[in-house]
Amino acid sequence: MSLNINMEIRNDVLCIRLGGELDHHAADELRQRATSVLEEQNVRHIVLNLEHLTFMDSSGLGVILGRYKHIKQLHGEMIVCAVSPPIKRLFDMSGLFKIVRLEESEEFALERLGVA
Amino acid sequence: MTEMKNEMNLQFSALSQNESFARVTVASFIAQLDPTMDELTEIKTVVSEAVTNSIIHGYENNPDGKVYISVLLEDSTVELVIRDRGVGIRDIEEARQPLYTSKPELERSGMGFTIMENFMDEVEVRSESSFGTEIRMKKHLLKSKALCN
Repeated sequence: MSLNINMEIRNDVLCIRLGGELDHHAADELRQRATSVLEEQNVRHIVLNLEHLTFMDSSGLGVILGRYKHIKQLHGEMIVCAVSPPIKRLFDMSGLFKIVRLEESEEFALERLGVA
Repeated sequence: MTEMKNEMNLQFSALSQNESFARVTVASFIAQLDPTMDELTEIKTVVSEAVTNSIIHGYENNPDGKVYISVLLEDSTVELVIRDRGVGIRDIEEARQPLYTSKPELERSGMGFTIMENFMDEVEVRSESSFGTEIRMKKHLLKSKALCN
């Protein structure tokens, strides 16, 4: 089982949709792909959709925190959506929810960022 | 019924693509105890954390290193031992602090040990530069099926 990464830019929002398993092995590819889009495209915010993510560990927290820091430097926001209960526990444990916003679905997240 | 005892040993190269192999293998071995989905996820997560630590920190990504896992099932208790012969942890207390990482440049969250402590009932760490690192963890599974029926 590997990580499936789908990225789409809508207005100034980078939507990153993850499926499968996000561990240390998969984190490197996600970091590289997201970083190159953030550096090359005109992106202000990130919506991270975890609806189809079946497994995540602390390496996932690390790579999410890294993208959060990147988007903050661009004065943007990160919204994480469709988080399953086991992954939510990791977010709670690390305190990541204190800085990253959470929405139920990608649609709500995009609405909050003003993308219709 | 007599008490069930069953053991499994696993050894593999310290390569990141083996992280998923390790957690899936341990999970399928434990499946015979009929754990809940939550328990299975917790065990997969701690295996992933410990194996990742061995690869990144113990062996500093040298694939010649080997990671050793042994799992002992006794009645409804799972005992997991994950070990490497790597460089060892200089200060175990410091390493166990939430958000501490010795490699901030790698975007590590520093949550590995915190997750292991949260998801398991007992976590013991032995580490020396001449020995490597051994993490011994225990989890008592709930007899959820029996309670539900």
